[in-house]
Amino acid sequence: MTVAVVGAGPAGTRAAEVLVQAGLRPVVIDEAPDNGGRIYQRPPAGFRRSDGDLYGTEAHKAQALHRRFDQLRGAIDLRASTLVWDVRPQQLLTLRDGRSETIGFEQAILCTGAMDRVIPLPGWTLPGVYTLGGAQVALKTQGCAIGQAVAFLGTGPLLWLVAYQYAKAGARVAAVLDTTDFATKAWRTGGLLRGGRTFLNGLRYVGWLRWRGVRIVEGVVPEAIEGDGEVTGLRYRTRHGTHHIACDAVGIGWGLKPETQLADLAGVSFAFDPVQRGWLPVRNEAGRTDIRGIYLAGDGVRIGGADVAELAGARVAWAVVEDRGLPVDHAAVARLDRALQRQAKFRQALDRAFPYPHRLAAGMADDTILCRCEAITAGAMRAAATAEVNRTKALTRIGMGRCQGRVCGPAAAEVLAAALGCPVEQVGRLRGQPPVKPIPMRTAAAG
Amino acid sequence: MNERRSDVLIVGGGGAGCSAALHLAQRGARVTLLERGLVGSQATGVNYGGVRQQGRHPAELPIARRARALWGRLAALVGSDCEFEVTGHLKLARSEVEEAELVAYLDVAKAHDLPLRMIGRNAIHREYPWLGPVVVAGSLAPDDGAANPRLLAPALARAASILGADILENREVTTLAHDGTGFVVTAGHETFAAPVLLNTAGFWGGKVAAAFGELVPVAPMSPIMLVTEPLPWFIAPNLGVVGGNVYLRQIRRGNVIFGGGRGENDPVTARSRVLPEPALRSMHLAIELVPALADAQVIRSWTGIDGAMPDGIPVIGASTTTPGLLHAFGFSGHGFQLGPAIGAILAELVLDGHTDVPLEPFRIDRFAATIDANKGDNA
Amino acid sequence: MRLVRLAETARPAVAFTLDGAPATALAGDTLLTAILANAEHVRTSEFGDGNRAGFCWMGACQDCWVLVQGEGRVRACSTYVAQGMAVLRP
Repeated sequence: MTVAVVGAGPAGTRAAEVLVQAGLRPVVIDEAPDNGGRIYQRPPAGFRRSDGDLYGTEAHKAQALHRRFDQLRGAIDLRASTLVWDVRPQQLLTLRDGRSETIGFEQAILCTGAMDRVIPLPGWTLPGVYTLGGAQVALKTQGCAIGQAVAFLGTGPLLWLVAYQYAKAGARVAAVLDTTDFATKAWRTGGLLRGGRTFLNGLRYVGWLRWRGVRIVEGVVPEAIEGDGEVTGLRYRTRHGTHHIACDAVGIGWGLKPETQLADLAGVSFAFDPVQRGWLPVRNEAGRTDIRGIYLAGDGVRIGGADVAELAGARVAWAVVEDRGLPVDHAAVARLDRALQRQAKFRQALDRAFPYPHRLAAGMADDTILCRCEAITAGAMRAAATAEVNRTKALTRIGMGRCQGRVCGPAAAEVLAAALGCPVEQVGRLRGQPPVKPIPMRTAAAG
Repeated sequence: MNERRSDVLIVGGGGAGCSAALHLAQRGARVTLLERGLVGSQATGVNYGGVRQQGRHPAELPIARRARALWGRLAALVGSDCEFEVTGHLKLARSEVEEAELVAYLDVAKAHDLPLRMIGRNAIHREYPWLGPVVVAGSLAPDDGAANPRLLAPALARAASILGADILENREVTTLAHDGTGFVVTAGHETFAAPVLLNTAGFWGGKVAAAFGELVPVAPMSPIMLVTEPLPWFIAPNLGVVGGNVYLRQIRRGNVIFGGGRGENDPVTARSRVLPEPALRSMHLAIELVPALADAQVIRSWTGIDGAMPDGIPVIGASTTTPGLLHAFGFSGHGFQLGPAIGAILAELVLDGHTDVPLEPFRIDRFAATIDANKGDNA
Repeated sequence: MRLVRLAETARPAVAFTLDGAPATALAGDTLLTAILANAEHVRTSEFGDGNRAGFCWMGACQDCWVLVQGEGRVRACSTYVAQGMAVLRP
């Protein structure tokens, strides 16, 4: 029986590489039509911008990863445009072109990646409001800006990177609003760390945006995205009072959150991570879990970024190789383990520099739409607050819609915990239900 | 001795148990209810939500009639209508054999004053133009409907608490005994005592009964439910079919909820899981019934654990071994509608010693002969 | 029109229809791009709180499902536009 790799981003690609090296022919499944994941997503055929334009300082990494993947194509069983919609013991339920197919596996490496972590605020469902990652995808893979005058709101590396990329590409950046106090100072401090390249890049983006005259405000408290039917502006507070900026699009995001739904359906245990303030699937340093045959790597387990994902993907594949009784390159494994340990330190510094402003989520106004799928307000959740988030979901429909709480889950937990006056870990985590993403009623079981 | 005493101890916080707590508390009894998880976590909370009388076993109809009356005044009873809506229940035939079954049921319904209207082949496609060609006839029970199953047990439990009932969640019963004068039940470190014990523990009701020497062939069952994204509202009645392999309704918000097939479960951990193959089959059957659903998306699926009896009807009534013990479990996948009435009936049995609803068919010892005969095999 | 094309504008044009009206996109556009290059929104919330225009662009938020005649429901951000596609906004 085969090894399956779910996700062909940095982690999945490096996992496949090691598996092939060990003489295996893994099935590699990705929902997208091509490899690269979100970070190194390839533009459609016929696009002409250079890798430097698309991936900036990371262009060489993107090129290396794409090149490697292209070399692997003949040695793997690639299932592109294929959704894994459920995980059963030693079986993946996949959907492609409207047909469901069961793929058996002995080991499955889940490299499911991440999405933006957002904090709902009034007006966030208006046309013109996107995640930071979304704004980046629009530019990177479609050559589009999300609006004529774009404000960026949130915190973390992506906020500054996307603002920089937009300005560089010729978009009008109305403002960069960071909810972290002294955010630009944090970039400087972090940059002093040995090898803190992410910080140095951040510092460079801040400097460049300043030089270009982009309005930069730190320590903001967002109040509302304004507009009637479409975005017309953004209102926020600082120590100096309430401010308003005109814009027709807003990118928001407060770091990333792992896409853990498949690990959940596979039955992997979860533990609360106090730094990332969320429930994450438990795996050891090698990527093994408590479920036989299920292995995890990359941002789908814990946010570490693309470099960590590449290392973790390779590392977890060696664990699979070992568990299949094949020869292991122990020197390579030791190198990977050391590199992963080094990276973990930078990640901690980054998480501490730009913490998730959970009080912002906890304090959202009662009439703010919390669950955008079902259009349920924070007030409705508070009115039906019970000690367990799934029970509150049952009573209010929060997290019951098409996305199953992917988008609102972290904020919903903060709202509930604050309403009950308990630590956020006590309210538990939203349980996933198959299918992890909508599947057509007419899905037919193949063969 | 550190034990909590009450007049009535209830094991199992589903619809039956929570309703019993409410009806007993209404009449001044001191009630303690023990629930292993949260009230309504299993069959009561995760079922399809049908509030249906049509098609029931004749023995269940008197209870279903009484339950229907309670559903009608649920808002007054518990402060929430639990999204109960009288939508009508349309039971569909997909063959002439099935149609004959619908016709045969008309007499059963008449005997219990259940209004039913038979709709023939031409009329049914005229009245419900969105039904698929597979449908040949239907029978409409206009008084039937549907409700939100997630709301019922919490609403009953809340109303019972307001009247003084002790609803204790996350209390998994560890031992059950009768010490000669009353029942002694432990849940972890806590001990509870009462002269009366109600067994409303769903599938686990079999374990409670076994603790008092009553063996019942109850099996765990996990009916699969699925829900689509919200669609423009067009399906008014709650739909069922003869044979019951698919059932389907649309809520006012637009989602179509449908069920069919069985998932897997582990009664020890109380976990259950939808299985992909029967889920896909339900999707296929639902499209056959309502072809317009072919373009919709399924967004979630779920299941829970109910107790299934070999004859498909529950155990309701007094224990044959232990005075003061009353059972109501094994509702076999169709107890949601009955729940409120079961509680009322149990309260009458406890406080009045009798009820007007005939319970003879639900006797716990109706399988005794079979079990005795099989004992050798099980040993 | 909600999106601003900043780059890759030399691609061939693709004709499609949006709610029956003729519209133009570029080869390689996702439906999300194609729709928002012609209109202000992608779908209307079922619950009366207004229009939506997608959110995450990466197949996670599920807030950009539209109907393509003959193909059924598709997620606009992960489906490429094709010549002659008839797109309906729910």
